Amino acid sequence: MAEWFQDNGLLLGLALLDGLSSAGLIFLVAVGLNLVFGVLRIVNVAHGSLYAIGAYSAASIGLFLTSLGLPAWASIPTLILSAALVGAILGPLIERFILRRIYAGEEVVQLLVTFALFMILEDVQKLVWGVQPIHHDAAMRWLGTIDVPFGTDFIPFTNYQLFVLPGFAVITLAGLAWFLRSTLTGRVIVAVTTDREAATAMGIDAAKIFLLTFTFGAMLAALGGALSSPTAALVPGVGAQIIVLSFAVVATAGLGQIEGAALTSLMMGMGRSIAVYFEPELEVVVPYIIMVLVLLVRPQGLFGVIETRRV
Amino acid sequence: MTATLTRRETLAAGFGSVLLPATLSAQPVAKPAEFKIGVTTFLSGPASVFGVPSRRACEMLAEQINAAGGIAGVPIRPIFVDEGPGTDHLVGEIRRLVQSEGVHAIFQSISSGSCLACTPLSRELNKVMLLWDCGTQRIFEEARYDYAFRTQGYATPEVLAPLLYLLRKKPDIRTVAVLNQDYAWGRDSWEIWQAAIGALKPGTRVVAEMFPRFGSTDFSTEITRLLALRPDVVFSSSWGGELVTFIRQATERRLHERTTFVLPVAEASLQILGRNMPEGHVIGARGDHWNNHPSPANPALFNGFVNAYRQKFNEFPIYPCHHMAQAVWALKAALEKAVAAKNGAWPSDAELAAAFRGLTFPTPTSTITLREDGQGLEDQIVGLSSFDPRFPFAVPKEMMRYSAAQVSAPAGQKSTDWLKTLTPAMIQSAGTAL
Repeated sequence: MAEWFQDNGLLLGLALLDGLSSAGLIFLVAVGLNLVFGVLRIVNVAHGSLYAIGAYSAASIGLFLTSLGLPAWASIPTLILSAALVGAILGPLIERFILRRIYAGEEVVQLLVTFALFMILEDVQKLVWGVQPIHHDAAMRWLGTIDVPFGTDFIPFTNYQLFVLPGFAVITLAGLAWFLRSTLTGRVIVAVTTDREAATAMGIDAAKIFLLTFTFGAMLAALGGALSSPTAALVPGVGAQIIVLSFAVVATAGLGQIEGAALTSLMMGMGRSIAVYFEPELEVVVPYIIMVLVLLVRPQGLFGVIETRRV
Repeated sequence: MTATLTRRETLAAGFGSVLLPATLSAQPVAKPAEFKIGVTTFLSGPASVFGVPSRRACEMLAEQINAAGGIAGVPIRPIFVDEGPGTDHLVGEIRRLVQSEGVHAIFQSISSGSCLACTPLSRELNKVMLLWDCGTQRIFEEARYDYAFRTQGYATPEVLAPLLYLLRKKPDIRTVAVLNQDYAWGRDSWEIWQAAIGALKPGTRVVAEMFPRFGSTDFSTEITRLLALRPDVVFSSSWGGELVTFIRQATERRLHERTTFVLPVAEASLQILGRNMPEGHVIGARGDHWNNHPSPANPALFNGFVNAYRQKFNEFPIYPCHHMAQAVWALKAALEKAVAAKNGAWPSDAELAAAFRGLTFPTPTSTITLREDGQGLEDQIVGLSSFDPRFPFAVPKEMMRYSAAQVSAPAGQKSTDWLKTLTPAMIQSAGTAL
């Protein structure tokens, strides 16, 4: 074992650095899904579309501002603003006109409706942005690279990948934890997540909380997409990739668990990176192996609590 | 009540069932009011980056042909079907196109998986099927079809030509890594590369084989590993958004300074990459139809097609547009040949299919011959990425043309077997500089 670490320790270090940025992005999307699932009890397949639209919008707004001659540093606040814009517009629209009609419906109906919405929004993306790849990487280029020592060699990493993506994830985690535990609105959301019936019986306006939570979740999905846009080319179907992984994070972390989502994202991001170095064929399945192993031991998820059956 | 047949009625029915089809096939075929073409292409999903431009090219050419009086006096009408939902759906759609829509020919498909699943239908439906873009070598190497033809090259020459070019330009390479999409094309193209490099440059070491899942949007980890390994060559047959993302992430981290990329399908992504494409790397176009082709066979036709497409859609045509055009031109040539063979009468499906076998049809850049096994022989042009003031994106320089006959497995031989028989002498003997 010690011999293996001696031979591969440096590579393992690189893999962990790569895993950080991957984990950051997974967390941003999964935490929004977890929040929505926890409060609304709806498996929102269209969460992936909000990620994609967030990414496309950030790239388009960024390209437009660049064409106006705005400096490259302005691309970073643009990413956040475009995500907020997408969440603030689409979130209430979807919650008010679609989801509100199916809260009382069966789970399979909810799943079909959000899947249909996902398909519709996929086509909307093609109508608006076409099918050719779109990219806008001003933010990544502006931040430049850093050379990480690797034995006698060095490996260039982008500062965006190494610091911005994990940084945003940490800020989101800390901000969410503070919001949910230290503000009245946050505590109300936690109350609805824990026991919807008791919360509404005590006078909490569930409809308002649902709207607020879904909009917030939509913003987080759009933020994940916006932050991914400087590094990835956007093509039809980008939303489908991230949503599957996000579901795995939610299932592994446990319902409504913010810290659980962070730890699970870290495990899955790191696991995928390590697989690329040492067993690339396993890269795709590593997150699901982690999920299966966790659920075998803790069916309620890493941080989930066993719910008592109500009669 | 049960009906019984007399001996005379039974004999009549027997003769009828034997003679009627022959009598019908001998009937003259009526000239159709329009020639309907079922076209399968990706209109959804990641591969729509190829499918949508190819549909535009098809519609544009149909308009041009119809404005000029159609083919043999008959206007053509393409009917498009999406490959996106998968092969099961596509098989049903092709049956529907023939049986309900009454299409006269089928242009099929982008995905190798679609072609493998749907080409056998040409036997059942007895309709001409032109494989207009899919590249799998298995189609005509593993079966024979009377009604199916491929009007372009295929995977073997499309991978072998860039490899021959690389070995001529950089004969001292020792290590190779691969980063391909994890699906049929990614795996097949790597198999072809490995078989060919094993014969042409024995002893070359593979230091990393990476097949990220299809549709990946981040290659940071793979790039870090490549930066650490420093292979002489990175082979990638990836395309679309994945190739764009890989090149952008790799160049930002200066991987292109440590290795040479070999990208057989790069042409379709160069416009999107713009100035982000690094110079001096091996790029291919799945054919010879580069926008900066220095000596096309028919410059007026070449410029006419490129300029018409640019004016209509505000972008240069990419290789799937050219492949679609090749199918249209092949159909035109074969239909005119079949009609001429019948002194102006309209050909049956079987007569039209017969006209394709051995057909040589002109393209703006060269000619393509459909071999006896149905495979099209299309030349390959490979070069090094560079910038030309005429184009806002990378185009090849120091181009070499590899004639199709040199880089395609002979009819009747499997590519992987044929590639193993190649010798290092081929590196210098194959290809001519343009």
